[in-house]
Formats: sequence, structure tokens, C-alpha cells
Amino acid sequence: MIELNRNKFPEQIDEEMELQGTTFIKEVWYRFKKNRMAMVGAVIVILMICIAFLASQIAPHDPYEVDLTNQFSPPNSKYLLGTDIYGRDVLSRIIYGTRISLVIGLIPTLISMAIGSVLGIISGYYGGKVDSIIMRLADMVMAFPSLLLAMVVMYTLGASLYNIFIALSIVGWAGTARVVRAQTLSIKEKEYVEAARAIGVKNWVIMLRHIFPNCMAPLLVMLTMGIPGAIMSEASLSFLGVGARPPTPSWGLMISNGKEYLFSAPWVAISPGFSILIIVLAFNFLGDGLRDALDPYMKQ
Amino acid sequence: MGRYILKRILVSIPVVIGITIITFYLLNVVPGDPVVLMMKEHISPDVLERVKAEMNLNDPLYVRYMKFIWGALHGDLGRSYKLKRDVADLIVEAFPNTIILSFSAIIIAWGIGIPAGIISAVKQYSFIDNFFMGFTLLGVSMPIFWSAIIMQYIFGLKLNLLPISGFSGPEYIIMPAIVLGWSSAASIARLTRSSLLEVIRTDYIRTARAKGLMEKQVVFYHALKNSMLPVVTVMAIQVASLLSGAVITESVFGIPGIGRVCVNAIQNRDMPLLQGSVMFTVGLVIIGNLVADIAYSYLDPRIKYD
Repeated sequence: MIELNRNKFPEQIDEEMELQGTTFIKEVWYRFKKNRMAMVGAVIVILMICIAFLASQIAPHDPYEVDLTNQFSPPNSKYLLGTDIYGRDVLSRIIYGTRISLVIGLIPTLISMAIGSVLGIISGYYGGKVDSIIMRLADMVMAFPSLLLAMVVMYTLGASLYNIFIALSIVGWAGTARVVRAQTLSIKEKEYVEAARAIGVKNWVIMLRHIFPNCMAPLLVMLTMGIPGAIMSEASLSFLGVGARPPTPSWGLMISNGKEYLFSAPWVAISPGFSILIIVLAFNFLGDGLRDALDPYMKQ
Repeated sequence: MGRYILKRILVSIPVVIGITIITFYLLNVVPGDPVVLMMKEHISPDVLERVKAEMNLNDPLYVRYMKFIWGALHGDLGRSYKLKRDVADLIVEAFPNTIILSFSAIIIAWGIGIPAGIISAVKQYSFIDNFFMGFTLLGVSMPIFWSAIIMQYIFGLKLNLLPISGFSGPEYIIMPAIVLGWSSAASIARLTRSSLLEVIRTDYIRTARAKGLMEKQVVFYHALKNSMLPVVTVMAIQVASLLSGAVITESVFGIPGIGRVCVNAIQNRDMPLLQGSVMFTVGLVIIGNLVADIAYSYLDPRIKYD
């Protein structure tokens, strides 16, 4: 054992000894929990999910309740983060906004990754003309700055929260397709795929049962990294006025409305920005940690 | 080399054509009659028909696309519905402002990003490494529009150092350039760091150290050259993200550039203007990608096309 390991660092040997006889999931968890920032990220993400689920219980006020006698009251004990132009409680709106941000982060990212995975596997597995067509299509989408493409789609569909789902799903698939294609290209040369083909397993079964599960690790990392991207895109679109419509408590929209009164009531615009910052940081930490834990030898 | 460049250019032609088709199709299937939109509802049916015929709106979509491309190749991108002026003229007017903003942002991004990356790599895991990496992480995690208004609040209102918005002098560009450059600086710093760390562990660097070269010489003459290769490719991605970021930065700071033209065109539902400015911007991104790829293959002759 020691003989074989003489080229490795002592810590690496320790880690391997400790991990002997464990499953892949346990190994990943072992490496993940050693990464402090990733754990902090995970805790914040879980906290955010709880806030989103319990929004109606936690929020001190109704996020839509207009009270014109109470415009722009600065942060105080009744309204912890102050009120906006309609006298609505900023904190409650941020709490409800967590729902929008998490859903907008998760659903379009999942849809675009599903599209990207299917196209990427088909492209890598079959190669040839299909491959070139899909990859040229991906090139086109990738050449478009994503915010601009989303803006064009929003122009066509009209500004609303639901259309953001469609816009972000259309915009995001190309990156996933490229990664999955590259992964597929290497996996389809493996012996077990050849064996499966030799005993007459159908192509789609090979793709689904043998190739797709092997793409899960990079896909999981891309998902955690894609969520903050989608949250940021939604906020940007809403900020530019082509996203969520008022009175939706979208963070981007809140900043956009608040910036008009930045100098008299800065709290309206500043606090939703903090929420975006925290959620994006948390997902980035989580994604970094997951990547290192799933594949410790993968370079950044 | 010449073969590679030629191939690379040929490959981007279908991408350009595809993008014009996608953009044109997306923007021209929008529900609602543009003529009605332009002239409000008070319009007699025969006037409506005449204007539509003049604007070629009765032609099938592919004919209109062909006419648009033919015009675009001759520098004619149509007329703005709202501003009643040639789209090409509006773009030519706005473009220099976007260029000024983007170049100032690039200077900030590279000026901060590369030194921060080098220092972080040389002093890995030190306090200064953690500081730079935290600072740059903040840069990628903050929404641009938010950091923009925070800066307006602090430097414009509280400290009264810089003008809050507008575009009538060099001092107006400082804040927008910092806001826009910061997020790019972040990715450049991280890439420089990881790439330099990778190169520092290679055999030829060990050789350089073993023969007794000074650390400064090892880092700057031996390691840096090779570690800059991936950083150069990031230039391409930078062009795209800078132009996207410019859309937001220009709107917040009131800079009359291409990005603001796009946003205004969307708000006024001014299709020809949006179409022209979007295609122009995407064209720039494609040229940026092309230049970066060619530069990369020149710097690293191992790169071959497929």
C-alpha cells in the first residue's frame, strides 16, 4: 500500500485510507463538508428555501398592502427595512421576492439544462450532420450576449414574469449542450457502452441508462452555477422594465422603482440588492464546493 | 496559420446569417400592427393599406428578410418608428459613446484584474490573496445596476466627488467605467490566478528556479507568458459581457450609447431600431470572438481548428 502510494502527498493517502469501503456519495459528502465556504453557502441556500416556503408566515406585513399615509417611512421598529412609495413594507416584499428569485433561478435553469442535455447527448452520440447542425445552433446562441437575446425574446413575448421563464429557458441551453456533448464523446468510447451495443441494447436506452447518468456530476455543478445566473438575469430584465410587472415583489423591479427615490429614501433600493448579492454568493460558494467535492482533480 | 484564419472566418459566416434570421424572425412576428402602433388608432383603412405597402409589410416574411439584408449590406437598416430617423445614423451616433465606456472599463478590468491575479497566485493563501479573491467574488456576485446606484449614492450624493449621470466630460465616465469594469476585473483576476498557479507547478519553472533565477524573473519572464494564454481568450467573452453590461450601465448613468438605444427601442416598441442595434451589437461580439481566436492561435501555435 505504502509502496504504491509513494508519489502521493501524505494528506492524499490519509484521505484515501479514511475513504476505503465507502460509497461515492459518502466520499463526495466527506470532501464537501471539509469546505467551509461551501457549507456556509449550503446553509444560506437552505435558509432561503425555508424563507420562500414560509413567506406568508414570516412576513410581518402584507407585501401588496398600499398605505399612502405611510410613504417612505425610514427603517423603524414596525417596518424594519422601511416602506416604499406606496407605503408597502420593504422587508415583507423582500421575503416574498425570495420565492420569485428561487423559482426563476431553478425552473428556467432546469428547463434549459434539460434541452441542452438532450441535444448534447444526441449531438455527441450520433455525430455527423446532426452534430454539426446542433453545434452551429449552439454557436449562434452563444454568440448572442445572453441579456440581449433575453431582451429580444421579451420584446416579442411581452413583459411578464411567465415570459421570463421562456426567455431564460431559450437562452441558457447552449452551454449545457456543449458540456454534455463533450462528456458523451468520451463516454461512448468506453467498454461498457460497446458491450451494451454488442448485446443489442437500443440507442436511446444506452443514452438514457449509460451515458446520461455519467453526465450528472458536471450537470449538478452547472445547475448550481446556473441558478445565480438566472436570478441575476431576471433582476436585470425587471430592472430594465422588460421583466416582471408591478406590483410583483421582484427584487430587480424593487431596485428599479427605488432608484427614482435613491436620494430621499435609499433603503428602498439598497436592501433588495443585498438579497441578490447574498443569494448569488451562496449559490456560487455551493457550486464551487460541489465541483471540488465531485471531482477533486478537476481544475477550475 | 492562414488556413486556420480562413477556416475560422468561414465558420462564422453561417453563424452571422443564422443570427440575423433568428433576430429578424423574433422581432417581426410580434403581435400588433406596427403602423397602427405608429399612427395610433385614428387612421383610415386605405391610408393604413398604403403605408403598409410602402413599408413592405404585406410581403411574406422571407421576402422582407431578404430586403432587410440587402439594405443592411448597403448600410440601410431601416427607419426608426419613433424617432423618424435612419437607424444606421442613430447607431453611428451612439456607438462612439459605447466604445469610450467599454474601453475605459477594459482598462480598469485589466489594470486591476491582472495584477490582482498575479499577486494572489504568488502569495497563495495569504491575507492579500484572500482579500483580492473576496473583493473579486463580490464583483461577480453584485448586480451591475445595484453597484451602480450604490456608487451614485456614495460618490455622487454623499461625497459629492463625481457627477451622478449624464455624459458631458471625462469625469462622467469614471463611475460607469468602474462599475462595468469591476465584474470583468473579477473574472480576469480569478483566471490569471488559477492559470499562473498551474504554470508555476510545471517542470520548466522548477528548472528555472533550480538554476538559481530570482523569483521575480521566474514569475515575470517564464511563468507569466504562458499563463496569459487563457486570459487572452477570455477577451472574447469579455466583449460580450461588456456590451451586455453596457446596456445596464448606460441606462443607469444616462450615457447615450448603443445599450441605451436598445432599451429605449424596447420601451417605445420601436422594432427597426431594436433590430438594427441588436444585430450591430451581436456583430461586434462575433468579430471580438474571431479576433480573440485568431490571436490565441497566433500566441499558441499548438491550437488547430478541429
